[in-house]
Amino acid sequence: MRRSMLFLPGNTPNIIQNGGILGADAVILDLEDAVAPTEKDSARILVRSVIRAMGFDRCEVIVRINSIDTPFWQKDLDAIIPVRPHLIMPPKTACVQDVLTVDAYITHLEEKLGMEHGSVGLIPLIETALGVENAFQIASACPRVKAIFLGGEDLTADLHCKRTKEGEEISYARCRLVCAARAAGVEVYDTPFTDVNDDEGIYTDAAKAKSLGFTGKSAISPRHVKAINEVFSPSLKDIEYAYEVMEAIRIGKEQGKGAVSLRGKMIDAPIVARAMQTIEAAEELGLGREDI
Amino acid sequence: MSKIIKPAVCGTLESSDAFVTLEPGGEGLDIQIESVVMKQFGDEILAVTKDVLREFGVDNARVSVVDRGALECVLRARLECAVLRAKGEC
Repeated sequence: MRRSMLFLPGNTPNIIQNGGILGADAVILDLEDAVAPTEKDSARILVRSVIRAMGFDRCEVIVRINSIDTPFWQKDLDAIIPVRPHLIMPPKTACVQDVLTVDAYITHLEEKLGMEHGSVGLIPLIETALGVENAFQIASACPRVKAIFLGGEDLTADLHCKRTKEGEEISYARCRLVCAARAAGVEVYDTPFTDVNDDEGIYTDAAKAKSLGFTGKSAISPRHVKAINEVFSPSLKDIEYAYEVMEAIRIGKEQGKGAVSLRGKMIDAPIVARAMQTIEAAEELGLGREDI
Repeated sequence: MSKIIKPAVCGTLESSDAFVTLEPGGEGLDIQIESVVMKQFGDEILAVTKDVLREFGVDNARVSVVDRGALECVLRARLECAVLRAKGEC
């Protein structure tokens, strides 16, 4: 389960080598914005070497490569695919063809290396107005796409507006991406909250993302990981209610009832679906009935 | 394998990193190592340095490694990149 994804600059050994112990469900080793153009070569070699040598504990490993309009992205993939990260994040993904271009090159590398087709997934980063408008097509471009990711900073530059803590300016993009991802059957992750010193703001921003339907949220500081994990974990109250729903459904079926109610409210299919999602998430996090 | 054709550097002097300098010329390998953990890991750092140079076919070069407590995987990465840069392959 990915609740939190922590960006780590790809050319900084003392940061990336500790990525597995910072509490995030996934780390995003960044070869793009966090790396100077003159150090792209050293960053990709370092990231490859560190992934190969270190387990990153239970963290998923995602590598943000450079965008396909740069001369770097194929070299990034040449270096990184052999060490099998869980996901590759291509930035500035704006249309289906952008996804298919990266997909085709990864497929070529997988064949060359004797790897199983589709062994490395994609999480396209959508951070332009065009990308937002094409979100569903991007999310459903090919089976390699496992999730989509909203990049709020570049998006607001493209929208010609200011990025604010409240995030009104990215409300449409957030809703559009969630809807697109759910329609395509993939996960969806929210942009980082960039004020690393605002410990209350991260809770508010993460709660907003969760309320809209995001699977999880990214962070640019380890300080935000705990808040994101808390917000995106089901509460014990939610888990308790989910089990009550499933129990009521079971009893209703046994008694041959067509309609079932709990705490004075009818239980319909969406409530059951949400209860099942809550139980599934709780089980992934190792939170069973005994924890309630 | 192609030869070293120009001087190259890679890495930084930050903690947990290593700064590698490579220059063409000389007879054989002239390797200088400076490390904050020289007493404890000097031999290992030298062995890793020789191993990477051998892997990339570097027989004649002046090599300097200033180690700031880099893990082996970091040192290997910095050496590899310095070699590729010195060969003009990066």
